[in-house]
Amino acid sequence: GAERTAPGAAVAANMGSGSPKPRQKFCGMFCPVEGAAENKTLDLDSLSPARGTPRNDGRVIDSTAPPPGTLCHPSPVLLQSDRLLIKGGKIVNDDQSFYADIYMEDGLIKQIGENLIVPGGVKTIDAHGRMVMPGGIDVHTRFQMPDRGMTAADDFYQGTRAALAGGTTMIIDHVVPEPGSSLVAAFEQWRSWADSKSCCDYSLHVDITDWHKGMQEEMEMLVKDHGVNSFLVYLAYKDVFQLSDSQIYEVFSVIRDLGAIAQVHAENGDIVAEEQRRILGLGITGPEGHVLSRPEEVEAEAVNRSITVANQTNCPLYITKVMSKSAADVIALARKKGSVVYGEPISASLGTDGSHYWSKNWAKAAAYITSPPLSPDPTTPDYLTSLLSCGDLQVTGSAHCTFNTAQRAVGKDDFTLIPEGTNGTEERMSLVWDKCVVTGKMDENQFVAVTSTNAAKIFNLYPRKGRIAVGSDADLILWDPDITKIISAKSHNLNVEYNIFEGIEVRGAPLVVISQGKIVLEDGNLHTTEGSGRYLSRKPFPDYVYKRIKARSRLAELRGVPRGLYDGPVCEVSVTPKAVTPASSAKTSPAKQPVQPVRNLHQSGFSLSGAQIDDNVPRRNTQRIVAPPGGRANITSLG
Amino acid sequence: MSYQGKKNIPKITSDRLLIKGGRIVNDDQSFYADIYMEDGLIKQIGDNLIVPGGVKIIEANGKMVIPGGIDIHTHFQMPYRGTTTVDDFSQGTKAALAGGTTMIVDHVIPDPGSSLIEAFDRWREWADEKACCDYSLHVDITHWNDSVKQEVESLLKEKGVNSFQVYMAYKDLYQMSNSELYEIFTFLGEMGGIVQVHAENGEIIAEEQARMLQMGITGPEGHVLSRPEELEAEAVFRAITIASQTNCPLYVTKVMSKSAADIISQARKKGNVVFGEPITASLGTDGTHYWSKNWAKAASFVTSPPLSPDPTTPDYLNTLLASGDLTLTGSAHCAFSVAQKAIGKDDFTQIPEGVNGVEERMSLIWDKAVVTGKMDENTFVAVTSTNAAKLLNLYPRKGRIAVGSDSDLVIWDSDAIRTVTAKTHHSAAEYNVFEGMELRGAPLVVICQGKIVLEDGKLQATAGSGRFIPCSPFPDFAYKRIKARKQLAVLRAVPRGMYDGPVSDFSPMSRGGTPSASARTSPTKQTPPVRNLHQSGFSLAGNPAQRGAPSTEETPIRPAGRRIVVPPGGRSNITSLS
Repeated sequence: GAERTAPGAAVAANMGSGSPKPRQKFCGMFCPVEGAAENKTLDLDSLSPARGTPRNDGRVIDSTAPPPGTLCHPSPVLLQSDRLLIKGGKIVNDDQSFYADIYMEDGLIKQIGENLIVPGGVKTIDAHGRMVMPGGIDVHTRFQMPDRGMTAADDFYQGTRAALAGGTTMIIDHVVPEPGSSLVAAFEQWRSWADSKSCCDYSLHVDITDWHKGMQEEMEMLVKDHGVNSFLVYLAYKDVFQLSDSQIYEVFSVIRDLGAIAQVHAENGDIVAEEQRRILGLGITGPEGHVLSRPEEVEAEAVNRSITVANQTNCPLYITKVMSKSAADVIALARKKGSVVYGEPISASLGTDGSHYWSKNWAKAAAYITSPPLSPDPTTPDYLTSLLSCGDLQVTGSAHCTFNTAQRAVGKDDFTLIPEGTNGTEERMSLVWDKCVVTGKMDENQFVAVTSTNAAKIFNLYPRKGRIAVGSDADLILWDPDITKIISAKSHNLNVEYNIFEGIEVRGAPLVVISQGKIVLEDGNLHTTEGSGRYLSRKPFPDYVYKRIKARSRLAELRGVPRGLYDGPVCEVSVTPKAVTPASSAKTSPAKQPVQPVRNLHQSGFSLSGAQIDDNVPRRNTQRIVAPPGGRANITSLG
Repeated sequence: MSYQGKKNIPKITSDRLLIKGGRIVNDDQSFYADIYMEDGLIKQIGDNLIVPGGVKIIEANGKMVIPGGIDIHTHFQMPYRGTTTVDDFSQGTKAALAGGTTMIVDHVIPDPGSSLIEAFDRWREWADEKACCDYSLHVDITHWNDSVKQEVESLLKEKGVNSFQVYMAYKDLYQMSNSELYEIFTFLGEMGGIVQVHAENGEIIAEEQARMLQMGITGPEGHVLSRPEELEAEAVFRAITIASQTNCPLYVTKVMSKSAADIISQARKKGNVVFGEPITASLGTDGTHYWSKNWAKAASFVTSPPLSPDPTTPDYLNTLLASGDLTLTGSAHCAFSVAQKAIGKDDFTQIPEGVNGVEERMSLIWDKAVVTGKMDENTFVAVTSTNAAKLLNLYPRKGRIAVGSDSDLVIWDSDAIRTVTAKTHHSAAEYNVFEGMELRGAPLVVICQGKIVLEDGKLQATAGSGRFIPCSPFPDFAYKRIKARKQLAVLRAVPRGMYDGPVSDFSPMSRGGTPSASARTSPTKQTPPVRNLHQSGFSLAGNPAQRGAPSTEETPIRPAGRRIVVPPGGRSNITSLS
């Protein structure tokens, strides 16, 4: 067995002492170990007895809120004997904290309370008053992502392992279909990768990288048959993934009708392309060119535009990767105006900044490349954590998409070719704790909300995920707010040489991680099982999002003004441009034209029939009239 | 002072005028003095002037004398699908003079695909023949390619045009893509032009129009329903972003809504060089009239961006105008007869767009902003005349009462009360969007080119007397800041050694193919790498990199990861020179 025996055992040994421990500054469980990185691949056969029973089918589990007790897992083989009792913990949900014991069986939370009556032979974990929280949900990962023949360095195994090590028990990955190819085929492809390798439960967002005939049907199929309720569109990557405003309008309309969430990668791709050309023209080819060609204004502009389109189509919007103050401000402002919009800052934007793009070490600078880029403004992380704390931003992801230095070096002479993505799935929980809770910006309940509960609500996994309650999944973490560790590539669970949070000391880390009712992290040791992660299908129309949307669509019936027929003179017109507009847009839209006139925007509040005082005031007869003479008096104002 | 346009004036000869006892109001101060004018110029200002005999004397009796208004946005005699707007240059400029405006700036709208210069010449011809007051021209860029670029350059350098409008609306007709906007902004930023934008998201409008028609909404209310103010604000935001990227001064025409105005004031607070132009209609009325049961009346309000149905909009815009967040005012006067509007009687998208406002502009702003105490008379002069002159680079020839300036003056009667009505207005349109509005403040005497054109309520204008006033590039009002930023914003690369470590194999397709791909779609070639953005504020030399973990800077961490795509052995070659 090559599992790491970290010195964290010392911490665990102290656990029973019941007295407040001094901070294990020196020998925390994440203390870097010489050469630890050499042994990152587990010999699983020797580790997990369940390894021999592969489960391929029947793992799609419906995510409807499980009525307590009636839930039946299709594959009890694996989970059958997992009985766990956490004693003496402080349960932290997003709404309250309270002391109670938790009994889990078959991957579910069965009982919560004091003096529980549990079967014998149950493994008991003594929490000693520490916090027990719902496991984290990383809403944005890109494990194993293909990019021009390469594949992201962390695959679903390595990635979910890192996630678990950091206290995240569920990830939602992005399916990125090649433009022009089938969404469902790409989805199946990702399913097969993840099913064989994932160590924790997962779900999938599907990216709309193209918009053509048949897409709408595929989206419908994904929502109805495959449990996908979120689709991402790109406003960037011109000529590759980028969609036009009209296309986005149509995609959003489809998404709203299907009851899904529209996600956007918000950057103005047109401007980015121009700026890239200009920066290369200036002879700037290094990683600093990446951030210079993608200034934060361009991010804010795209956020603003997507919010506008979402408001028009009455579609809920989710901004992935909020990287800059300006973009966050636009979101905050839109929320104040009532837009249904959510913002997702990521580990990188919460934890570090873009000054590193100017590092003289090319490989280091390249490791920070992601889009939108990290802001060079060093006050950004603090600002974003504040907005996250006050609720203007709601969820956190990692956008974990790692490439090793050799892969990054594809762009050594041209920053536009550097594969994009940063790490963060492992560091996310600790970073947020350190930056927000330790600093007093949020309490532990809000922490649970932004790292887990809100994500579960938005993506319709609540209360199965994101809450400690009877009937919920047994994805829990025992959180130690006092552990301090220094993030380093020497000790992280990733396949890459650089960690963008290198050297950052964070306080707060998971002590025990329970995923699917099994202990996967204890005493600093990871016990993960490749392929044990289940795909969670998500139902459309999440209440958290769609209650408001539905109310608005009921409200917004538009009516025309009843008027008599105009029978006055009409000018002769040469049939030329202008106002050919509506017809031409039909031409470009693959979506079936008949959008039902149901839903609509908020602005119908105005009283629609407004007679004016002077409606019937006679108009003077002017001399110059283009219309045939005599027609003047016929202008009707009926009604 | 010598002016090219002068040869166009056949007879401004012996006009000698003395205004006695007036209070001169400029944008910076007011003071009592007499004004003596000769040959269309102001020759002397002061007390007890020594003037030749036989001079006509106007007794101002302490009333205000202000620089004549400049209406920076008109569409007179605009061709529209085989017809022409009802107010031609003669009718339009007469209306302007009647309202106290002594100069107009019209928009040249070339058909997409046709020559800009030819269109410009055509407009010149029309206006020279008919205009009763001085005029200048903006040229709209309705398509973009290399030859347009050359034409723009020659218009700027030789023809006296310093402002060009681009459209973000009118999909498949005038609308420009973001890349085209970027190129145009870049180009004009270098050449010293002002970019004007018609700011509305044309793509979404097209979608919304289709939706409205499909719902059976065909009347004028469909116009405003399909063009909600958010779409205006969105486009303003986008235009500002692009202008800021390209370090180009931006001018937003027709600010019609609170949201759009807010975006402009926000941007100005962030330091962007952006100017907003509310128009008479948005300052004076609102979009509730689109729901009028009288089709012809509702249709007469159709303009784009539409009037906001929010009735608090005019008050809001007047406040921003007074506070300086919005800079100057136009009328966007573009009047159609009811018969012309009726082209769209069964489909609101076919209704020709435009409202009146050239005649009412000055009185309306006086009434809404000065009478209410939002602004003083100096600010009034600034927003109706001086700021426009500065932006057009005509200051101080226009927009100021000073020795040497053109004698375009108005004696303003702040107590006159008039009711606006189509029965008495000078426009040829049957409807007036301000119908029934009682306005306080009106011109008593209007002097244009040193001649009295309005006195005792009588208008005596001469068609063809208006001169074309050429505008030169790089107006200080906008470009001083732009130039300073340009000098500041030099980007530098980080000096690094060559990377000589392992490189993964990759198929050079998708993703990152971006820059080359964009070259394909851009009609004009590679922009020279000169100009630049403001955001160079961050020190580019890379001192920030010193923060963080300096120790790791020199010694990159390279754990020998197990899964590695590169050839084995290559690992340790990753260099970090210097």
